[in-house]
Amino acid sequence: MVVGGRGRRRGAMALRLALLTAGVVVMLLPFAYMLATSFKPNAMVLEIPLKFFPEHPTTANYVAAWTSNRFAQYFLNSVIVAIATTAAALLLSSMMAFSFARFRFPGRSLFFGLILIALMVPTMMMLIPQFLLARDLHVLDSLWGLVVFYTGGNLGFNTFLLHSFFQDIPSELDEAMIVDGASPWTRYWRLILPLSRPALATAAIFTFLASWDEFTWALTIINDPSRYTLPIAIALFQGQHSTSWGLVFAASAIAIAPVLIIFAIFQRQFVAGIASGAVKA
Amino acid sequence: MLPTRSTPSSSKASAVGARDAGPNRLSRRRRQEVLHAYLFLLPCFALFALTILYPIGRAFQISLFHWSIVPGGASDFLGLKNYQHALHDPVFWRALANTGFYMLITVPAQIVLGLLAAVLLDARMPARALFRTLYYLPVVTSWVVVSLVFRYLFITQGGLVNWILHDQLHLVAYNINWLGARWTAMTALGILGTWKGVGWSMVIFLAALQGVPKVLHEAAAVDGARAWGRFRAVSLPAIRPVVAFVTVLLVIGGFNVFISVYLMTGGGPVDQTQVLLSYMYRQAFSFLDFGYGSAISFLLTLIVFVISLAQLRLFRRPAGAS
Repeated sequence: MVVGGRGRRRGAMALRLALLTAGVVVMLLPFAYMLATSFKPNAMVLEIPLKFFPEHPTTANYVAAWTSNRFAQYFLNSVIVAIATTAAALLLSSMMAFSFARFRFPGRSLFFGLILIALMVPTMMMLIPQFLLARDLHVLDSLWGLVVFYTGGNLGFNTFLLHSFFQDIPSELDEAMIVDGASPWTRYWRLILPLSRPALATAAIFTFLASWDEFTWALTIINDPSRYTLPIAIALFQGQHSTSWGLVFAASAIAIAPVLIIFAIFQRQFVAGIASGAVKA
Repeated sequence: MLPTRSTPSSSKASAVGARDAGPNRLSRRRRQEVLHAYLFLLPCFALFALTILYPIGRAFQISLFHWSIVPGGASDFLGLKNYQHALHDPVFWRALANTGFYMLITVPAQIVLGLLAAVLLDARMPARALFRTLYYLPVVTSWVVVSLVFRYLFITQGGLVNWILHDQLHLVAYNINWLGARWTAMTALGILGTWKGVGWSMVIFLAALQGVPKVLHEAAAVDGARAWGRFRAVSLPAIRPVVAFVTVLLVIGGFNVFISVYLMTGGGPVDQTQVLLSYMYRQAFSFLDFGYGSAISFLLTLIVFVISLAQLRLFRRPAGAS
């Protein structure tokens, strides 16, 4: 319309892209440096003057990280814990969410209110009493201790998320099944769960990543090195080999690779989950 | 038979379940429904009560004792002495001040930079999804890994940050001992917190901006408002509740900072960089003073609750006013 408007707009877009690119450089620089360091021979890691990229790249750190220090065992521990937690938390919380979404019963709002209040409590406040409880249950130093408390810690949010999704499924569908004589379990298993795949996927991703990355609880209850999960293994690894940064970052890269793959595949669930959960509230 | 039994209450219920006749059948069905509800609820709620609700209740109780670390050993009841101790403990106050300083960096920085990135991305443009993904990358990366990476970046001799500031840009005359002193270390922690969290606030702001009706922008444009004017007159008021919400969550997140402190400085040198939770953790699991540790975490929870409740009140007001 106005002469020069297009040029202005083009200039604005160039500025926009320049600013965003500068931001991306800042966001990626630490990752790039971590990866570059993981390919450096150990003697070159803190050389002066500093070189960003390795002059003689080597995969020695990856080989060393994977073969020494029982790294494969830690990886397996993390996989077991994250999968068991995700399966247990999804089954239990979807059942509870179904109960809240489809039944009226005494104590319903009390139960729901307790879950909402517990969501506001910082998890670190529970650390000491949970530690004492885990000791009384004899699950210190065991993967069970991780799975049970990770599952417990993910129930509240998952129930909340699934409940609001279940509520939006028309109850006419339930009624049609009731007329056909379907039991509540059938409605839950054959109707609600299949229709809720997107919400279940979001819940599964968040639960899996939360348990994959969890550090503090594992640090607190696990002492036996054969039970380490990746986060504590890497942190303690750094403590033991405080100068072997190449090794530490090779291990770190292996640990975050599954997260980035999951993120790349399920991006939309990520963004939708976060944005909707927040903006709705 | 049916008409005689039909009462107002059952006829109302029969609208829902047409096959039900008579109050007896109805109440049996109702009982069965309640039973089913509990069968679905209880496995989950039992675990939730055991691992979450019971520890929450227990936290306050433990804070009133000098807690015995021997299972079954006698614990001395102290009343509020652990809380008094906290109020007279200089390290507790330093930890609180450090937590505040951390928020002073991370909260405004994540709001401003997150909003800036969201505004820049809120347009038809190439590679939009790619930008969003890359900004979000630190959010999904584990705290452990990024804390170690930043510890490495902030190393005094041979660290990338000093290399950029000193060797390349010559902004400083010597290599800064970042993690060796209180305020530089807290600054480094604040930078890490901002870098890791800015993608999160950006995603939420972007979703909020996209919810602003286009008509408002067009109307403002017709009135001759430039981009900045439109942002201030249209976008900002529309997303103000979201900004408030994000601020509250960032403040709460600031109180919960722990892993980065634990792994980058360990609270040191000599407790100079303790934050509330790292100090709590040290008291509980290095000194095994569970009572004092619980008192610190209970105080933290109290603060977070007050903020959350204030947020709820603040949120109601604009909704009622407008």
